[in-house]
Amino acid sequence: MTRPEPDTLRIRARLERPGFTLDVDTALPLQGVTALFGRSGCGKTTLLRVIAGLEHPPGGEVHFRDTAWQTGKTFVPLHRRRVGLVFQESTLLPHLSVRGNLLYGYKRTPEPLRRLHLDEVARLLGIDDLLERRAEALSGGQRQRVALGRALLTSPDLLLLDEPLNALDTQTRREIMPFLARLSEETGIPSLLVTHAPDEVERLATRVAFMHDGRLERLEPLREALARADSPLFREQGAVSVLQGQLGPADQHGLHPFGPPEARYHVPSTPGASNGAGRPARLRVDARDVSIALSPPQDVSILNIIPVTIESLDEAPGHHGPARLLAVCRQHDGQTLMAELTRLSTERLRLKPGTRAHALVKSVALLD
Amino acid sequence: MFELSPTDWMAIEVTLKLAIYTTLILLVIATPIAWWLANGRAPGGLRTAVQALVALPLVLPPTVLGFYLLVLLGPAGPVGSTLENWGLNHLAFTFQGILIASVIYSLPFAVQPLQQAFANLGRRPVEIAGSLGAGRIDRFFTVILPMTRGGFIVAATLAFAHTLGEFGVILMLGGAIPGETQVLSILIYDHAEAMDFASAHRLSFGLLVFAFAVLFIVYAINRRFDTVRP
Repeated sequence: MTRPEPDTLRIRARLERPGFTLDVDTALPLQGVTALFGRSGCGKTTLLRVIAGLEHPPGGEVHFRDTAWQTGKTFVPLHRRRVGLVFQESTLLPHLSVRGNLLYGYKRTPEPLRRLHLDEVARLLGIDDLLERRAEALSGGQRQRVALGRALLTSPDLLLLDEPLNALDTQTRREIMPFLARLSEETGIPSLLVTHAPDEVERLATRVAFMHDGRLERLEPLREALARADSPLFREQGAVSVLQGQLGPADQHGLHPFGPPEARYHVPSTPGASNGAGRPARLRVDARDVSIALSPPQDVSILNIIPVTIESLDEAPGHHGPARLLAVCRQHDGQTLMAELTRLSTERLRLKPGTRAHALVKSVALLD
Repeated sequence: MFELSPTDWMAIEVTLKLAIYTTLILLVIATPIAWWLANGRAPGGLRTAVQALVALPLVLPPTVLGFYLLVLLGPAGPVGSTLENWGLNHLAFTFQGILIASVIYSLPFAVQPLQQAFANLGRRPVEIAGSLGAGRIDRFFTVILPMTRGGFIVAATLAFAHTLGEFGVILMLGGAIPGETQVLSILIYDHAEAMDFASAHRLSFGLLVFAFAVLFIVYAINRRFDTVRP
């Protein structure tokens, strides 16, 4: 019998379902946001339900830190697991006000375990003005924020988020993402995020668990998941890079410096986004917006010219055919930048692994 | 014209007592059955069998039900004779007997609206309440009951009203003992048999008005519940 590792969630479960068989034996680190990524019907939600105790796979085992949630003889029911659940559709209790919903779990949390309180959670999620409203009078985005707040107010040991943004329109998703992004940082509560949207992973995840056909195929830090050409995250939208760094104050042109001097970007302010200086931020770069030059060009309009070393050249993901290659480039600060190039240009420039070059980054997007 | 005899008053009392007790017992029994039928994870065959069993009183002639209950609960039946062996009375021609019969007879009228309400509710609100730390009983009173209020009101009303109109089962099992098993419907039948049409009319008309009033009030309340929420 192996001793459970201290800060992991260990799951071993086999469960037959129409269309797939969930077959998982894994240990997920309980730190930050772990995204469960995969297509619909691959078993992500079922795995989440096993963790919550909503499914009871015979012979399965779930250990949270050193607490047994499920073994051969023990089965801790959902209401004793201290997990916060947020689903894709609205689950507010319609017979209670917003305040009643928020406090439903809070009141049932033993006083010594309450770490989060109504005022701070309402402020964190921007719902202080809604407390006396009826749950049904809220917009979709407001409802999800209240549902999130309600889960947080139980001061849970683990947050389980089942496609919480899926039912929302693009505008509302954009509005809620920052709240989710801040969540794990400010509360320190580890969370599992079920999603099939690569942009949610890029924006929110600390690490990614790729699921396929009921199995957990690979668990890796986000950085690594974005540093390989065959990443499932690129399958539909093409390759992207997500760079992590500090965002500095705007200069006289309204541009913020991002990243260390050896890989310095200049990022325009985005209206509406919080532009606090010196804070950690993520920068998203589409591989199709990156070109490669062997020497730094002097007379181009492109602002962001980053020295890189080519690491590898692979066939580009997606449906581009053999004409396009994906160059995985290493910036001098160690982070990876992807560039999508035609086979013709790589041959002309004689690019190969080890080539030192300059990446010309046409456009970047600040992820909060 | 509306002066009632002591026998009439006794029948009214027995009828109301029967209807109220039946309704209360049914709410307690029908709720878990309806929940299991709506959300249970039992194999489909078993569920279908239970569903059919619950619905039986809808299609069986009341006399069939009354007959078997008479056999079962009477002095020679398995339940009746067991009770006699314990020094108790058998249940044929008693108030307890017709109460048991009423509960069985009105079961589908309580189960079906509740099952519908639970199916509409789905498992999600219960799962959410569980994740928020609410145990089973807590979840029932703070989530299921308030969210399916309408279903409970309809179930109680139908069970109550259906018991008021019961005739065949009681005739078979209870007879017409004043103050014990003589309910209004039986008494009306007796009055009519005796060609006392005036008495039959008094009670019939009273029952008609009462039944309408109960349904009217309940549906009015129910509609208010549906539109006014906190």
